[in-house]
Amino acid sequence: MGAIPVTLLRMIYGMMLRIRCFEERAADLVEAGEIRTPCHLYIGQEAIAAGVCAALERDDYVWGGHRSHGHYLAKGGDLRAMMAELFGKATGCSMGRGGSMHLVAPEVGILGTVPLVAGTIPLAVGSALASNLRGDHRVAVSFFGDGATDEGHFHESMNLAAVYRLPVIFVCENNFYSSHIHLLEHRAEDNIFSVGETHGIPGIRIDGNDVEAVYQTSLEAVARARGGNGATLLECRTYRWRGHVGASWDLDVGVTRRDELKEWLSRDPIARARTRLVQMGVSVDDLKRLEGDIRDEVDEAVILARDAPYPDASEVLTHVYWETKRGQ
Amino acid sequence: MTTRSLSYAQAIREAHAQLLATDPRVFVIGQGLWSPWYAGTSLKDLEKEFGRHRIIDSPVCENATTGAAIGAAMAGMRPIVFHPRMDFMLLAMDPIVNQAAKWSYMFAEQISVPVVIRSVINRGGEQGAQHSQALQAFFMHVPGIKVVMPSTPYDAKGLLIAGVNDGNPVMYIDDRWLYEETGEVPEHMYAVPIGKAAVRRRGKDVTIVATSYLAAQALSAVNELSQRRIDAELIDLRSLKPWDREAVFSSVLKTGRLVIADAAWGTCGAAAEIAASVACEMFNALKAPVVRVCLPDAPAPTSVQMERKYYVGATDIVAAVEKLVTQ
Repeated sequence: MGAIPVTLLRMIYGMMLRIRCFEERAADLVEAGEIRTPCHLYIGQEAIAAGVCAALERDDYVWGGHRSHGHYLAKGGDLRAMMAELFGKATGCSMGRGGSMHLVAPEVGILGTVPLVAGTIPLAVGSALASNLRGDHRVAVSFFGDGATDEGHFHESMNLAAVYRLPVIFVCENNFYSSHIHLLEHRAEDNIFSVGETHGIPGIRIDGNDVEAVYQTSLEAVARARGGNGATLLECRTYRWRGHVGASWDLDVGVTRRDELKEWLSRDPIARARTRLVQMGVSVDDLKRLEGDIRDEVDEAVILARDAPYPDASEVLTHVYWETKRGQ
Repeated sequence: MTTRSLSYAQAIREAHAQLLATDPRVFVIGQGLWSPWYAGTSLKDLEKEFGRHRIIDSPVCENATTGAAIGAAMAGMRPIVFHPRMDFMLLAMDPIVNQAAKWSYMFAEQISVPVVIRSVINRGGEQGAQHSQALQAFFMHVPGIKVVMPSTPYDAKGLLIAGVNDGNPVMYIDDRWLYEETGEVPEHMYAVPIGKAAVRRRGKDVTIVATSYLAAQALSAVNELSQRRIDAELIDLRSLKPWDREAVFSSVLKTGRLVIADAAWGTCGAAAEIAASVACEMFNALKAPVVRVCLPDAPAPTSVQMERKYYVGATDIVAAVEKLVTQ
């Protein structure tokens, strides 16, 4: 495993920072009441989306869940369209029908992020099956949390992927909380990665706050999938800084978590990548410029979202069915 | 164009074979595809013709299998997912109801879900409560899904082809009690439009709206009724969602009497929906209360004596119509 070239690490760092800035802004707007759709923030987990997606091609598929702002941006989804979607506007990526929990960007392989826990895991397997049937070697990535590993979907899907050697990567973002319930209160053992082996696929545990490790491990999993050698389960250990839903710090549905946050704040994946970049010779001025550009981009997205029109309420019955005339 | 007689099961098989031969996006996944025990002759030897990579006899995991078919559809394929018994398909309600049905709406038609979910009503023979259910009403209830129930070999072929090419999730429900029924089926590929009923017999005294197996039973019922000088109009609904309101309403306008026959539970069922729609929209056209011929509100029994009491057929339709017309 060679070192990541500095230009690539700078790019991945920039993506993490974009996710962080977008979400901190969204958190402020939630608190201000300007954004009303329930937002499940990803702050603290950015290295996983950014590291995994940096190992993918544009045509590869990504599926997510309720906490998917990061997946959407990392795979190349349009930031302005997501901000508009959070505002419930017609210019949003789902045209105002999705909100924070239903994001889509088909042009970059995001076929949907939806909040039914574990619901997109079988869908990801299906897109990998499509890839195999067509022989186009697209890889599918399924992002989900530790809570989703309790669902039957997870186990059934891994079995299908293993039986048919499908090009899918199961990425469990283990942030130790299923909503407000600690991992060891919803699971007898802290061993999610080992479920892969049970199903006959490699299961690998990594530090999900180390973006270099996430990227390097993902590269191997992608090569395995694209080369016809089947699926991988990655357990990425991380921590979300905010509550299960909403902007509050360390507060889960009214319950303060154990005394863990402080320690996890010191493992901030973005600060770690920044330190590494500086060690590699990137100037602090350059990083400040990068941060400034990102803040400008987010500011502009907010202004555009505020100004955009709402969907026409008379269209509440449109799009219930897909109309063939649109073609596909 | 050549037409010949095929059984209902053979017609389903022919639709599959033609779809698989003409569209590389089509594949079939589900349980029992390689075994006549599960699918009768409706999928016979397809794996030999098209390969086991496209005719995938899956592990017993309805949820993941159905979800995978739906995910493949979202990724541009045209899957048919097969459930040899509708009862078992309940394990796949999340992908069907929460995912497939919602995708078009949630994402404003940016992604289509061209999947056919084929499920079989397979009952009788003392199989009992968990091998018998007809749950079409569950799926009628959900916006975003279409529901079809062919009663003839012609429609069995044409509705499957229409379903695969529709672009939406289509619940295709066939009935094992119809598999040996024969009828004229053209050799070429054709689609029966979803949402259009078929008027099987014109009449002026009473309208019978029937679905699936009971549409076939109603054909003999109307013949019996004509012997008794009752001139019944028979509408085979074919599509339950959307259902052909125009065909039903115009018939009821003419006859003023309506009997609805659906071999499923009546409570909140297809018959209840049609009765409510007629009552809401054309109450004044009715000369008598609407009558439903449905299953009793109980799970299916096993013992044959109880089965005979439980299931409904042509004689129940005749009795219901006669009572309605002569009262």
